[in-house]
Amino acid sequence: MTKQDYIIEVNHVSKRFEDGKLVLDDVSLQVKKGEFVTILGPSGCGKTTLLRCIAGFQVATEGDILLKGEDITQTPPHKRPVNTVFQKYALFPHLNVYDNVAFGLKLKKLDKDTIMKRVKQALKTVGMSDYEFRDVDSLSGGQQQRVAIARAIVNQPEVLLLDEPLAALDLKMRKDMQLELKEMHKKLGITFIYVTHDQEEALTLSDRVVVMSEGKIQQIGTPTDIYNEPVNCFVADFIGESNILNGTMIRDKRVEFCDQEFDCVDTGFGEDAPVDVVIRPEDIYIWEQGAKNNKQEDVDPDDRVPKGNFTKWYGTVETCIFKGVHYEMSVKTENGYEFMVQDYHEFVPGTQVGMLVKPEDIQVMQKERLWNTFDGEMLEGGLVRFLDEDWPVSDSVAERFSPGDKVEVRVPFERVTLLDHEDDGVLAGDVHFILYKGDHYHLTIRTDDGDDIFVDTNDVWDDGDRCGIQIAPSSIRLAKAE
Amino acid sequence: MKKLSAIIGARRTWAWPYVLFLILFVLLPLLLIFVYAFTTPTGEFTLKNFVQFFNTSEAVNTFIYSIAIALLTTIICLLLGYPAAYIMATAELKTPAVMAMLFILPMWINFLLRTLATVELFNMFSIPLGEGALLYGMCYDFLPFMIYPIYNTLQKMDRSLIEAAHDLGANGREVFAKVILPLSTPGIYSGIIMVFMPTVSTFAISELLTRNKITLFGSLIQRAFGEGGLQMWNYGAALSLIMLLIIGLTSFFGNKDEQEAQSVI
Repeated sequence: MTKQDYIIEVNHVSKRFEDGKLVLDDVSLQVKKGEFVTILGPSGCGKTTLLRCIAGFQVATEGDILLKGEDITQTPPHKRPVNTVFQKYALFPHLNVYDNVAFGLKLKKLDKDTIMKRVKQALKTVGMSDYEFRDVDSLSGGQQQRVAIARAIVNQPEVLLLDEPLAALDLKMRKDMQLELKEMHKKLGITFIYVTHDQEEALTLSDRVVVMSEGKIQQIGTPTDIYNEPVNCFVADFIGESNILNGTMIRDKRVEFCDQEFDCVDTGFGEDAPVDVVIRPEDIYIWEQGAKNNKQEDVDPDDRVPKGNFTKWYGTVETCIFKGVHYEMSVKTENGYEFMVQDYHEFVPGTQVGMLVKPEDIQVMQKERLWNTFDGEMLEGGLVRFLDEDWPVSDSVAERFSPGDKVEVRVPFERVTLLDHEDDGVLAGDVHFILYKGDHYHLTIRTDDGDDIFVDTNDVWDDGDRCGIQIAPSSIRLAKAE
Repeated sequence: MKKLSAIIGARRTWAWPYVLFLILFVLLPLLLIFVYAFTTPTGEFTLKNFVQFFNTSEAVNTFIYSIAIALLTTIICLLLGYPAAYIMATAELKTPAVMAMLFILPMWINFLLRTLATVELFNMFSIPLGEGALLYGMCYDFLPFMIYPIYNTLQKMDRSLIEAAHDLGANGREVFAKVILPLSTPGIYSGIIMVFMPTVSTFAISELLTRNKITLFGSLIQRAFGEGGLQMWNYGAALSLIMLLIIGLTSFFGNKDEQEAQSVI
């Protein structure tokens, strides 16, 4: 593919706000002409900033942005052939619908007839033909959104940027508009770059999805790729429902989790490698166990469960919620793992059930980290300094190093203690991200200095909870820094 | 019969002191001015007071001159005030609130004191008092009344509208002319009203800053009541009514935007 095929190229763009916060961290993205690309991520992940850099409202601190191969990094917004549909519409309240839509064309000094023709055409495209002379304030949210889209597309931009355009609409309206947007995209042939935090919207609309978190792109791929082959726990957790478990890759195509071995299709992780395993709740087959202690007599009246040599595991239904199309069950196994299962059949709480998953539905991911790693420095008196604090270490560890040595500090996830009162800990931080791993929580704690500490715990914490952090001397391991 | 507590508890009961106040200090004086304007000192109906005004060229000239000065003051205040309000509202100042406060700060001091201080300032630099000093004093005193409502509308304006205009191809000048200015008209209207109305009727500033050399319409009224004795009250009332009419008219101009303007004040 030659460079010319890309309409937008974002090359290693970073953006640091004046207060020093890094909102975009080396982001690269190529968009093909006519493509519908969605930038997806939770609030504060930098997706809107990325869009604003493309629109020109913000200038990238580093990196460059090309449009049709031309550098537009420093070009002011009014000179870029892109138009934006704003989240809160941003219609001009002193102009009526017609004048709002005609705003861009009038600036281009086109003649009256052309303007009228194009405005009418644009209003027709969005289904607002009869509203030309209405006051924008008298329109409903959905109608204002349509006018905002008309105002943008009437300029026939190379790229249409949409900043969470449907966020303010109610669910039903949003679904309708999604379909209409998709239609519009097909009809107009304009490249769409769409920002949203709604994963379902992203999967429905896009040719490609860009998943962002913490200013970084986590994954770029088609909706099916993103859904079926998430590259890490964040993507798996953010896109759809999922069961994420710690596992071990025994060898190629054989993985162990939940204390059992399963066939899978993944290769190349090595032997006995720690991995994360993702199983979508709708991929788990579930059936009622006929009689206790006789797992052969399963109740499967409709013959739904695939026959074959699959690894099965068993548990008890704990909760069952009707979700409209399917039921969502939480099943707890005897060895303490919890699975979320979706099925069209209802399994009431207390039911003994069997479960299986096909090898191709087991998604295995490389673990991003196995323990906390910090840069540290050995001090006098058996102390080591890291995260701007002095921590005591056990004598046997301390005597291997002399003061001043640069060390790499390792702390296992489960050895970090979280305390209810921040003052009780050596450090204080907020719960930043929570991942349920079937039998425990994997938390990301962000300290006040912006460092991340990862913690495995059985305690329930909420997003944003304040906590104190304590690490026992015996849990701190040191290695000579390279 | 209702219980006393029910009467006290009713919300409308609480309005009565204010209604009484309004009747005593607003409606009644207005009524008195109206009655006085159309009567002789002995209480007979007459239009003589108005005829006297229109026949005295000095009074009519003063009237026209006052309106001209008020208009000029308003225009100068607008020209000075709009950019100030714009800068405060849009520039990324670290402390816009402090700057806004600095503009408002002089208003904490009684305007007579400020005017007297201005006189001393002019004397100190040996600048002759007169029309220029008068305009300076008026603008100095009323500029905050222009800045504040404009600052208010500009500050409340949705930033994304400016971005939207840029996005649609407008350069800085076009954004201002096509979006910012039209959207700040309510603030401009209320600024104009708040400066024009009081400047038409002012008299202390003119007396102090021109050493009574220039007489404004307000002074005329003040003299009719203060120096003319009881005989002149009817004439003074007629002058007041004429001024009231002018002020009333200004507050109606811009009819549609007037309500918005009121909400900004």
